[in-house]
Amino acid sequence: MNDQKIDGKISRIKGTLLEINGLEKVVRLHDLVQLARDNLLAEVIQIHENRIVCQCFESTLGLRLGDTVTPLHKPLSMTLGPGLLGGIFDGLQRPLDTIFDELNDPFLTRGVQIPALDYTKKWEFLPCRQVGDVLEQGDIIGTVLENPAIKHHIMIPPGTGGRLESISMKGSYTIQDELYTLNQDGIVKPFTMVQRWPVKTPRPVHQRLSIKSPFLTGLRVIDMMFPVALGGTVAVPGGFGTGKTIIQQSIAKWCNADVVVYVGCGERGNEIADVLHDFKNIEDPRTGRPITERLVTIANTSNMPISAREASIFSGITIAEYFRDMGYHVALLADSTSRWAESLREISGLLEEMPAEEGYPAYLPSKLSSFYERAGFMKLQGTNMDGKARNGSLTIIGSVSPPSGEFSEPVTTTTNRFVQAFWALDPNLAYAKHYPAINWFDSYTGYVQDLCPWWEKMDFKWVSIDLDWIQLREAINGILSREHEYKNLAKLIGENNLPENQQLELFTAKMLKDGFLIQNAFDPVDCYTTPQKLLAMVKIMLIFHQEAKRLIEDGYFMEEIKKLESVEQIMRICHEIPNDNTQEISNIKNDLLGEINSMRAIFKR
Amino acid sequence: MSVSYTNIEKIIGPLIYLRNNHDTSYGEVVSVHTPDGKIRMGEVIEISKESIIIEVFGETDGISATNTRVTFKGEPFKVKLSTDMIGKVFNYIGEPIDISTRRMLPGKVISSQNREIEGSPINPCAREAPREIIQTGISAIDGLFTLIKGQKLPIFSGQGMPHNRLAAQIVTQASSTSEKPFLIIFCGIGILQDEAAFFLDEFKRSGKMQHIISFLNFADDPIMERLIIPHVSLTAAEYFAYDLGMDVLVVLIDITNYAEALRELSSAKEEIPSRKGYPGYLYSNLAALYERTGCLAGKQGSITQIPILSMPNDDISHPIPDTTGFITEGQVVLNRDLFKRNLYPPVEVLASISRLMKDAIGERTTRKDHADISSQAIASYSEALEIRSLISIVGEEGLKDNQNRLLDFARSFEQAFLRQDIHENRTLAETFSRLWESLSKLSRHQLTRVHREHIDEYYQETW
Repeated sequence: MNDQKIDGKISRIKGTLLEINGLEKVVRLHDLVQLARDNLLAEVIQIHENRIVCQCFESTLGLRLGDTVTPLHKPLSMTLGPGLLGGIFDGLQRPLDTIFDELNDPFLTRGVQIPALDYTKKWEFLPCRQVGDVLEQGDIIGTVLENPAIKHHIMIPPGTGGRLESISMKGSYTIQDELYTLNQDGIVKPFTMVQRWPVKTPRPVHQRLSIKSPFLTGLRVIDMMFPVALGGTVAVPGGFGTGKTIIQQSIAKWCNADVVVYVGCGERGNEIADVLHDFKNIEDPRTGRPITERLVTIANTSNMPISAREASIFSGITIAEYFRDMGYHVALLADSTSRWAESLREISGLLEEMPAEEGYPAYLPSKLSSFYERAGFMKLQGTNMDGKARNGSLTIIGSVSPPSGEFSEPVTTTTNRFVQAFWALDPNLAYAKHYPAINWFDSYTGYVQDLCPWWEKMDFKWVSIDLDWIQLREAINGILSREHEYKNLAKLIGENNLPENQQLELFTAKMLKDGFLIQNAFDPVDCYTTPQKLLAMVKIMLIFHQEAKRLIEDGYFMEEIKKLESVEQIMRICHEIPNDNTQEISNIKNDLLGEINSMRAIFKR
Repeated sequence: MSVSYTNIEKIIGPLIYLRNNHDTSYGEVVSVHTPDGKIRMGEVIEISKESIIIEVFGETDGISATNTRVTFKGEPFKVKLSTDMIGKVFNYIGEPIDISTRRMLPGKVISSQNREIEGSPINPCAREAPREIIQTGISAIDGLFTLIKGQKLPIFSGQGMPHNRLAAQIVTQASSTSEKPFLIIFCGIGILQDEAAFFLDEFKRSGKMQHIISFLNFADDPIMERLIIPHVSLTAAEYFAYDLGMDVLVVLIDITNYAEALRELSSAKEEIPSRKGYPGYLYSNLAALYERTGCLAGKQGSITQIPILSMPNDDISHPIPDTTGFITEGQVVLNRDLFKRNLYPPVEVLASISRLMKDAIGERTTRKDHADISSQAIASYSEALEIRSLISIVGEEGLKDNQNRLLDFARSFEQAFLRQDIHENRTLAETFSRLWESLSKLSRHQLTRVHREHIDEYYQETW
């Protein structure tokens, strides 16, 4: 690279697109450049013979031809180190909370430059290696207790390694302080707690492992019917009002990931505010700590500059990979990938590129796959302090906002090709206030077989029903699809005129929908369900179905069966019986069986 | 010092291409002078070494490559703001006008407050969760889709439906329970002159004129003015809300006209269209309007928005309502069938929602049973509508008692609760009492979404 400082000059301004003369021989594609006026940042997106084209990350209002532009000789990178958790950043990793605290201005001014992480805060470092150890990339050298919920492991950055020449003792250090030195082929280099990583490059791992454990969301319809595995990928498409954001937020609150990265991409400002305010007061059921302690938020609201929106998804996933590399299970929630795709379309339009479908650029599929392919359950590089290798996972859940809720549009269809599970949100369910509005016919998942062994281990036995997880799923599917079949007939001739056994299918389907599939995200008990409670709920409903079927075969009527008192109790399990009280569900089951027995004893048919 | 230029290369629609002899800045305002003495404003939207492209606000009729002078102002577009504006009517640029003659009135807004109309995005960390309500006196809204301070709640209407009536009723009846001064900014985007006259008559009749600022752009005004006026209105709203601590309600009507102007401009710029010819940035552009709403930490006032839009062909999946729905926090949809049945306001209960309502209503602001009864009413009404469609096939004979009660409920809900006179301003208490009157047509055990203690307190025994 050139030693002497070469500056460029702006030669054309069109929206956020800038043409610059004088830098075409010194910059690399996707490097950043800085404008002298207002300190704005821009990314190089084209290099021509006599000029470069840059995309400015903020509004270009007030720029002039001839303004000076300085190359920074590096691509957009994330600063990775203690202080990320609980933070809220924009797409360029500027800390929005610190900006507000320091400038005390509710509006975002252009060109603000505040470091992503606090450079003055001291962190308690506990080393776990000794001088003379030979270390490789990914080896954990010590830990920082970032907050009571999460230990932040300090790792040897990718691409480095060597003999440990020196290491700081247990004590408090800032992220600027030198922590250790490595001797790599005779050259001694100092390191701090912090590493930097370019957002567009996946962080290296040792190898991809097969998927075996479930990513539990606490949402019954998902965990039972359309489960995802740790390291999996899901798309959640839905028109407006179908509850994408509520699903994403519920998952952020209750899922079994250790760290959650929430990317609010081109969405409402009040929603981000909601995440910030709400999440502070919610306890993680496993650690008892506020869930903000395991959360990193990237916010690029719909009115923030569109060019930073394109970066925000990659910024989020880079931070997520960093925590995965420590051996954590990380969830990346992106809401919404359509807004991100739209930012690609807008930039592509400014560049006057030949559009493919609906104006989206032809490289939309490769961009989307470069995002979703960063998910996975991985064996990581390096070893823990005890010399053992570690695994981590990154699960991606991307919501898609198809125009008019039409799933045939390019972003939805392209995303489908790169994800293993698909939770289709249905406006008709949403109109009927059936939330989460996940349609059980249109959704699918490819993880059922992988997760089967896990659910077998979780299962418990009730004498009255002998079905495993897979069979339970099939039973539910059977009832729901028969309901679908009879429903239209019922509309034509009236439900009461159907044969008794078909009335039962309709009734159990209603019980499953209202008492199991519907879940109230705002109810303190109902908001999340553990696997144990979930299995108990499904089983009790299917016991009811099985017993009611026998009663009908023996000549009893639906009118009588509907009046059983336990039926109402079953419907109330979701919000009345806490997760840890499966015994109570077992009692209701016994009540149900008792009631049925006494019914048989009183009227013998 | 301002410099004038006459070297125009070409003129396409609202765009003037000027040979570049001037050190201009992106977004700089220019004035365009023609020999007939007319002055139009414009803005720099592209600069290259060869030329400067200027977007002209106003008609480009009569501009030629030889007779026109362009003067650079040296700064981006700004509007003057002052408290003297309250109670008056302005054009797109904040000049007082007389709406019957559409002439400019003598006198300008004199103020040192000269604000850029673009507006900066709000830092999400500075937002406070909206928690107070605005009462509209309309049962359907107050009871089921409560408007929250800091919310953007659009009304989706269709051609010929009474959205103007509803807008006027909201503007004249809206009130806040807090001590803070309450201001309404009414922004007419591409509205008809008759409509404008109707609105101003309604405002005067209500005696609320002294709490309203109107910005009006007429259907035959140039499209560039249409694209400016909501930004000017919202810049004013930000001044009154965040500088002067008022609760400001901004009513924008009709967003469809704004989006069509955007499409027209985009086509003049030869941009690649996305859906139905609208530009790909329709979403970001509308978001830049709608997101200028909210409650901010450390600021007294708030901005609430009711954008009103007419859905072309009543199609809610049309890009304008569709895009809007993705940005706003809920929507109130008007329904053609209810309108034909002469029910005012014809609010389509099942398609409407207020997303910020759940955390703001309740004992502190409205009443403790509010959440339960609104959700119960919507759920039961939805069931009742299913039974209605069933009756049309199988007849009423086979109905069970429960189903008959649902039908009674729906009838009462539509006639006693939803239906309201155009000048009727209902208190919250009255709204709730009417809702209970309807809910009491159901049996107690049908009220599965209402807590038992609320049923015991409010259920009206009639059976």
